[in-house]
Amino acid sequence: MPFLVLENLHKNFGSVPVLHGIDLAMEAGEMLVIVGASGCGKSTLLRLIAGLEVPSGGRILLDGHDVARLDPAERDIAMVFQNYALYPHMTVFDNMAYGLRIRGLSRPEIQTRVDDAASLLGLSSLLQRKPRQLSGGQRQRVAMGRAIVRNPKLFLFDEPLSNLDAKLRVQMRAEIRRLQRRMGVTSLYVTHDQVEAMTLGDRLLVLHQGRTVQLATPMEVFEHPANTYVAGFIGAPAMNFLPGVLSHQGTAVTLGNGLVLPFADGRRAGDDGRALSIGIRPEHVVLSPEGLPFQIDLVEPLGSETVLIGRLNGSEPFSVKLTSGTPAQEDVLVTIPPAQIHIFDNESGLRLDP
Amino acid sequence: MERRTIFSDRLLPILLVLPQLAITIVFFLWPTGQAIWLSLTRADPFGIRVQFVGLENFWDLFADPLYTATVLRSIFFCALVAAISLGLAMLLAVAADREIAFRRFYRIFLIWPYAIAPAVAAVLWILLLHPQIGLIGRWLNALGLGWDYKINGGQAMLVVILASAWKEISYNFIFLLAGLQSISASVVEAARMDGARGFFRFRTVTLPLLMPTVFFLLVVNLVYAAFDTFGTIWAMTSGGPGKATETLVIKVYRDGIVNQDIGSSSAQSVVLMIGVIALTALQFRFLGRRSGGE
Repeated sequence: MPFLVLENLHKNFGSVPVLHGIDLAMEAGEMLVIVGASGCGKSTLLRLIAGLEVPSGGRILLDGHDVARLDPAERDIAMVFQNYALYPHMTVFDNMAYGLRIRGLSRPEIQTRVDDAASLLGLSSLLQRKPRQLSGGQRQRVAMGRAIVRNPKLFLFDEPLSNLDAKLRVQMRAEIRRLQRRMGVTSLYVTHDQVEAMTLGDRLLVLHQGRTVQLATPMEVFEHPANTYVAGFIGAPAMNFLPGVLSHQGTAVTLGNGLVLPFADGRRAGDDGRALSIGIRPEHVVLSPEGLPFQIDLVEPLGSETVLIGRLNGSEPFSVKLTSGTPAQEDVLVTIPPAQIHIFDNESGLRLDP
Repeated sequence: MERRTIFSDRLLPILLVLPQLAITIVFFLWPTGQAIWLSLTRADPFGIRVQFVGLENFWDLFADPLYTATVLRSIFFCALVAAISLGLAMLLAVAADREIAFRRFYRIFLIWPYAIAPAVAAVLWILLLHPQIGLIGRWLNALGLGWDYKINGGQAMLVVILASAWKEISYNFIFLLAGLQSISASVVEAARMDGARGFFRFRTVTLPLLMPTVFFLLVVNLVYAAFDTFGTIWAMTSGGPGKATETLVIKVYRDGIVNQDIGSSSAQSVVLMIGVIALTALQFRFLGRRSGGE
C-alpha cells in the first residue's frame, strides 16, 4: 500500500475549477516535485494535502487513513512556506518548540529535539534570536527546523527557495535534498523552477491548468516529454518546435522546407500528411558544413556553453546550444540529428511514440 | 533619508502653520491657561471678588472623601467600559475576519454605532432600559427583578457602563479588524500546521501580534471612558441616583457649572488634564519604542 494516495482530487473556488481530478500514489520516503507555471494549481494541491483548503471532491489517504476532511492538527504534516511564516514574536527556539509543546512533549525532550535540529541546520548559536534579527537564509533554515523537529509523516515545501538569492538557493537546494534523504521523510515539493524540479525530485508531477500532464522521473520527463507543454517547460533554453507532416508511409517527417527526417525508432500511426510538431532540444542541434540556414540574432555566452538565438530558414524562431566555440559569422548551417527529435501531434500536442 | 523642504525666508512657513497654530491657541492653550489660573483662585458665585489662593483648591480636593470616592468610581467605570468594549469588539472582529457569508454587511452594521451622537445613544438605551417605557426594562420588571436604574445605584452604574461600552465597540472593532487583517495569513496557517487550534492559537499567535493595536486601543478607550462619556451619562442619569454614576467629568461639570464653584472645578480639570497627559505620554513611549526600536 503506497504511503500517500490522492484519488480523483478536485477543487473549485466558487464556480472556477482549479484542480480537475488529481491521482497520485507515493511510496514512503519518496520526494515528489510538483512543477508547473503560476496558476496551474500546484500550490492549491499542496494546501489540500496540508489541510489548509477543503477539497471539493476526492480522497487523500495518508498512511492508510482518509485525511481529506481532517483539521491540519490531526494530519501530522509539516509545511515550509514560501515566506517562511515564522512567528515574529518568538525566538528561534520557541519557533521550533511551538509544535512540540502543543503535542505535549516533556521539557527535556523538546530541548533535545530542538538542539539536534539546530545543530543539523547550523542554528545552534541563533536559538535566542528573534526572526527579524536573522538573514533570509537563516530564516529559511528555521522554517526547515520547525518542520524537522516534529518528525512528521509528510513534509510539504511551498516554493521554499524563491525568496532567496541565486547563490543561496543553490546551496539550500542541496541541503534540502541531503536532509530529506537522511531523514527519509516522504516529501512533496512545489516549485516553478525547473532546475529545482530536476535536481530535487525522485519523480516529477507536471501540472498544467489543474491537470496532471506527466508523472515520471526527471530524466524520463526530460527525455520523453508527454506533450509539447512539458517539452517546452522542462529544459533550458526551451525546446525548439518545427511544423511538419507525416510522410513515407509513417516512417519519416517532412518539414516545411522539404527536408525529410526519417524516424530512427519506427513508424508512427496515421496517414501520410498528418500534421505534426517536431521538437528538438537546442543542445542536440549541430553546426555543420551543410544543412539548414540559421540566422543568428543573439549570442548568449554562459561560460561553459553558448546559446545562439535566431531564426531557422529565415522565419522559424530557433535556438542552438553549443558546448564549445562561437561561430564568427551570423549565418551558419545546422543539421537536426533524426535520433534526437521528439514527435508530437500538432493538434493535441501529445507525444507520438512508435 | 528624510525629505525636507527648505524655505528661503521665514514668513511663508509661519504663514502656512498659522491657521493650525491659531486654532491650537484659541481652543486649547488659552482655555488650558485659563483653567490653570482659575484653579489657583477662589471666587464668589457671581464672580465679583476673585482671590488668589495658591494650591489650596488642590489640597481641599485631595482631602475631600467625596472626591476620592469619585476617583475610585471613575477608575471602576473606565476599567469596565474599556474591558467590555474591547472584549466584545475583539469577539466581533475575530468573527468578522473569518470567511463567513455576508461578512461585508456585518462589518458595515458593526461600524454604525460609532456614527451616533452620545446623547442620541443615551436616548436609545433609555428607550430600551427605562423601567416603565423601556422594552427590556418592562420585561425585567415582569420577571420580578425589581428593575429601576433611576433608584438603584448599582443598576444605574451598569446601565451607563453598558451604554458607554456599546458606543465604543465600533471604534475598537475597526482597529482590531484592521489589525487582524494585517497579520500574515501564512503565520496563522503555520500555527495550524503546527497543530494549534481555536483559542490556544489565538492566545499564542494572533493576540501577541495584535498587542500593539490592543495597547493603543486600551489607552484610547480609557481616555474615552474618562472624558467622552459625559454626554451619555448626563443624558441617562445625570450622575445619579445620588452620586452613583458621578464620574470625574460629571463632577467637574456639576461643581463648576451647576454649583458655581469655579476654583474647585478648575482644579479638578487640571488634575484630569495631567491624567490625560500621562496616558498619552505612556502611549507615545510605547508606540515609539515599537516602531523605532525594531
